[in-house]
Amino acid sequence: MGKIVEINGPIVRLQLPQTVIGEQVRVGALGLVGEVIGRDGDTALAQMYENTEGLRPGEAAEGLGHALSVELGPGLLNAIFDGVQRPLSAVRAKSGDRIARGVEVAALPRDRRWAFRPEARHEPEARLEGGDVLGTVQETTSIEHRILVPPDVHGELLEIAPAGEYTVDETIARARLRDGSIRKLTLSHRWPVRTPRPFRRRDHAVKPLITGQRILDTFYPLLKGGKAAIPGPFGAGKTMLQQQIARWCNAEIVIYVGCGERGNELTDVLEFMPELKDPHTGRPLMERTLLVANTSNMPVVAREASIYVGITLAEYFRDQGYDVVMVADSTSRWAEALREVAGRLGQMPVEEGYPAYLGSRLASFYERAGRVETLSGGHGSVTLIGAVSPPGGDFSEPVTSHTKEIIQTFWALSKELADARHYPAVDWLESFSGYVPSAAKWWAENVDPQWEAARNEALELLSESEELARIVNLVGVEALSSEQRWTLEAAGLIKEGVLQQAATDAVDSFASPEKQYVLLDAMLQIRAQGMKLVKLGAPARRLLQLPLLAQARRWKSQYPSEEMAALKARIAEIPGIFERVALEYAERPAEV
Amino acid sequence: MKNIEYRTATSAQGGLIVMSGVPGVAAGTRVALRDHIGRLRNGLVIRVSDEAVLVEVFEGTEALDLERTWVRFLDEPFTLPLSRDIMGRIFNGAGQPRDGRPPIISRERRNINGEALNPAARAYPREFIQTGISAIDGMNSLTRGQKLPLFSGGGLPHNRVAAQIVRQAKLLGEEASDFVVVFAAFGVSSTDARFFQESFEESGVLNRVVMFLNLADEPVIERLLTPRAALTAAEYLAYDLDYHVLVVMTDMTAYAEALREVAVLRGDVPARKGYPGYLYSDLAEIYERAGRIRERRGSITMIPVLSMPSDDITHPIPDLTGYITEGQIVLSRELYNQGVYPPVAVLPSLSRLMKDGIGKNYTREDHPHLASQLFASYAKALEVRGLAAIIGAEELSEADRRFLEFADAFERRFIGQDEDEDRSIYETLNLAWDLLSMLPPEQLIRVTEEELARYHKWQPTVEVA
Repeated sequence: MGKIVEINGPIVRLQLPQTVIGEQVRVGALGLVGEVIGRDGDTALAQMYENTEGLRPGEAAEGLGHALSVELGPGLLNAIFDGVQRPLSAVRAKSGDRIARGVEVAALPRDRRWAFRPEARHEPEARLEGGDVLGTVQETTSIEHRILVPPDVHGELLEIAPAGEYTVDETIARARLRDGSIRKLTLSHRWPVRTPRPFRRRDHAVKPLITGQRILDTFYPLLKGGKAAIPGPFGAGKTMLQQQIARWCNAEIVIYVGCGERGNELTDVLEFMPELKDPHTGRPLMERTLLVANTSNMPVVAREASIYVGITLAEYFRDQGYDVVMVADSTSRWAEALREVAGRLGQMPVEEGYPAYLGSRLASFYERAGRVETLSGGHGSVTLIGAVSPPGGDFSEPVTSHTKEIIQTFWALSKELADARHYPAVDWLESFSGYVPSAAKWWAENVDPQWEAARNEALELLSESEELARIVNLVGVEALSSEQRWTLEAAGLIKEGVLQQAATDAVDSFASPEKQYVLLDAMLQIRAQGMKLVKLGAPARRLLQLPLLAQARRWKSQYPSEEMAALKARIAEIPGIFERVALEYAERPAEV
Repeated sequence: MKNIEYRTATSAQGGLIVMSGVPGVAAGTRVALRDHIGRLRNGLVIRVSDEAVLVEVFEGTEALDLERTWVRFLDEPFTLPLSRDIMGRIFNGAGQPRDGRPPIISRERRNINGEALNPAARAYPREFIQTGISAIDGMNSLTRGQKLPLFSGGGLPHNRVAAQIVRQAKLLGEEASDFVVVFAAFGVSSTDARFFQESFEESGVLNRVVMFLNLADEPVIERLLTPRAALTAAEYLAYDLDYHVLVVMTDMTAYAEALREVAVLRGDVPARKGYPGYLYSDLAEIYERAGRIRERRGSITMIPVLSMPSDDITHPIPDLTGYITEGQIVLSRELYNQGVYPPVAVLPSLSRLMKDGIGKNYTREDHPHLASQLFASYAKALEVRGLAAIIGAEELSEADRRFLEFADAFERRFIGQDEDEDRSIYETLNLAWDLLSMLPPEQLIRVTEEELARYHKWQPTVEVA
């Protein structure tokens, strides 16, 4: 038993001998929980997950003997946890609308019974290894929860419970460990959040994560098991884009970590998600979703922990063989929490007050993404998407620039596009993806062999139009040649007919890979057909009067992904439209 | 220990004093200080160990004689007494009456720091508030429970805009506004404070306003308490008494500067422009107190006003605010200099909660598409205006000339309106369609063809005046 020596905001100095760094501590009359971050002789420094107001020097402090860990087992899905895995609905039932300090609530429901079905292959006296699947629980209609042997257990199985209903605390198996001791296994186990969960080996990521967002999937693809960042100033639509990904992506489990963000945004997700159906399974989206919420007004140290809680939950589902997407909104708030604690400890700041270890912490966090062969021989992946909130929209600030070096896909949001209400405001010049070659293979096999060529053509067109726009800004559009004007128009078609996508529009919100390609191909066809006429001498002015150009811009919200046949029929009419224009010019001599 | 006076101050500097030899003081407790002429000052314990206690003195440490300073630790956090009687009253930043009337006596006392609202307890804001200002209602709609700041600059009419919102705000279908107003001013001049006071008086809402004032020449540290005290009152009115509360706070820049001042004294590591690294968390503690709670009737809608230093929206204060609030209304010096009131720069303005509070069942079916079209057309029109400035309006194509005319008409007729002009949302939407009728239908791809057929009155031959 120790005692409090000093209180400085969330940092508390304790007289607590024989504690280890990372150990959880409980202090004061309220029983506030925190984590040891430093030792100096008999005193320890702890960061507290809750507001320290009212604590006094001299009050008691005790070490809890374990590091910050999460409870893993059935009951995780469909839940909303705070930064240290307390279920917020249960907290509300206990302490009302506001989060009282010192509230202790178990992460998983204790009295709920789950229908457990043991794996048939488990015979008594069989070898048992960490990560093995003991059996399954059908947690939601769409997700089967695979009950894993904790990664640190190696030995032989003595006994496994028959099929039946069990709580997370009841023993479902007993194992003899290598040291001869007996270990009882339950439906759940704990894992420390700052230690990555083990796996057999890393696999290559090969399949694209389909988000239904054209600018992402078609132009800057992300793979399952990949790492992406979404940097953007406020108001650029970062949150909207992440919510779109959480709603529509073809992962099996989605973990959304609201780290230091707005309370109302989480409420939006909570109220909206249950109404939405997973486009891939037709089941309510909430069944595959798990929220970790540490909003900006909640204590800053728990904000730092929330990211690790989220990634550990993600790894747990990965180890069951699932493709998991974790969205962290926002990593900048996490970095700021790091900075705040470092500042209170008097550590030497390097850039903009951030501690020197910012880069390495970020890198080791993102390193927990990946597609792996699990301990039980299956395959699973964690895809990590981190939002970055650069101050003033300045991408050269420390968090953005460090992140940029670590990730492979960079979805840069632009204030200018957002101000013109071009959403999603993903800047096609600043963004990049290192996964294009792998994604191209998938698109060629599953959608169209011409995908990569079409993508490249569109990107070239966009950058060419950027040049032309500069000229127009200097001397006006009349100074352009017909060819150049048509190029500008074609780029406009790509921007408004393909890149812009309305999240609030029921039809446009999600586009299947097929629809994405069909739309892109259609705009490129219009460009090519028009360019042919322009080269034959037809003035761009005439082509710009074609009603087709306004119509094509509306196709995205007129044809849902299931009605591609109808859209293709419209596209088949394109050559005819241009032929009629060609005839006009065949009848009379070309205008000069 | 409440009744023991300690005379053990060992050092004092810029609003902070260090007390030694006082064991067992609780972090965050209130302090009462008596100086050598018997004047009482208030303070708060901000850092504590057995050897030393660091106290923040709200009235400052000016003329403090350490040997003749007596300090009592009150053993309670900073609380505000609350009852129905706070309505119509004026308090100082620390919650004491400054209107010459007796203090509020109540058993109900709340810690002004509040406790974080459980995200699972929040209800999502969906009810459209009509402010009667087209640039807000039509394109940046406010909803009940939202926090929507006014980003302004020195000399811009943010106070007039805020006062107009307070006068006109109502839910659709309601006759008069049923809002209760909590008004907090910190670091503002007495002229500004008087402007609001008179404006509340004129519109006859004074008995439904609670004011918390900390003027520019009053203690800086008290500024850190003012918004918290005001919001504690707002929470009481909203969640205990079921009122819909509109909180107007001005000026958040003065608040952040006070925070910086204290942080420097405490020796906190500065992050950007000398502001402490916790500026974001600190602002969030204030802004996030807006909202609605499930199964409760009342709500807190917040309109913080902040002046952007040198009109720079990337300055840490507007920047961090924008990351926390649900959008922002930006005022433009350029529009104001052209005589447009309210000078709302619609393009950088944004309301994040608008999407769920407008359209069918809320305002009118065409509203979402119409707003999106207005943004797109005005953005294009400004591009054309920029071009015209270089090559001359005569060189523009006919289509572009229409956009140029649209830009002018939009700024004068849609954004611009009188200070006492209260437009209904239908007037706003119809006006928007009138203006869009200056542009040919093929330029309007954000609205549907049905909406065009119904509302758009395109007359290609008529020259627009």
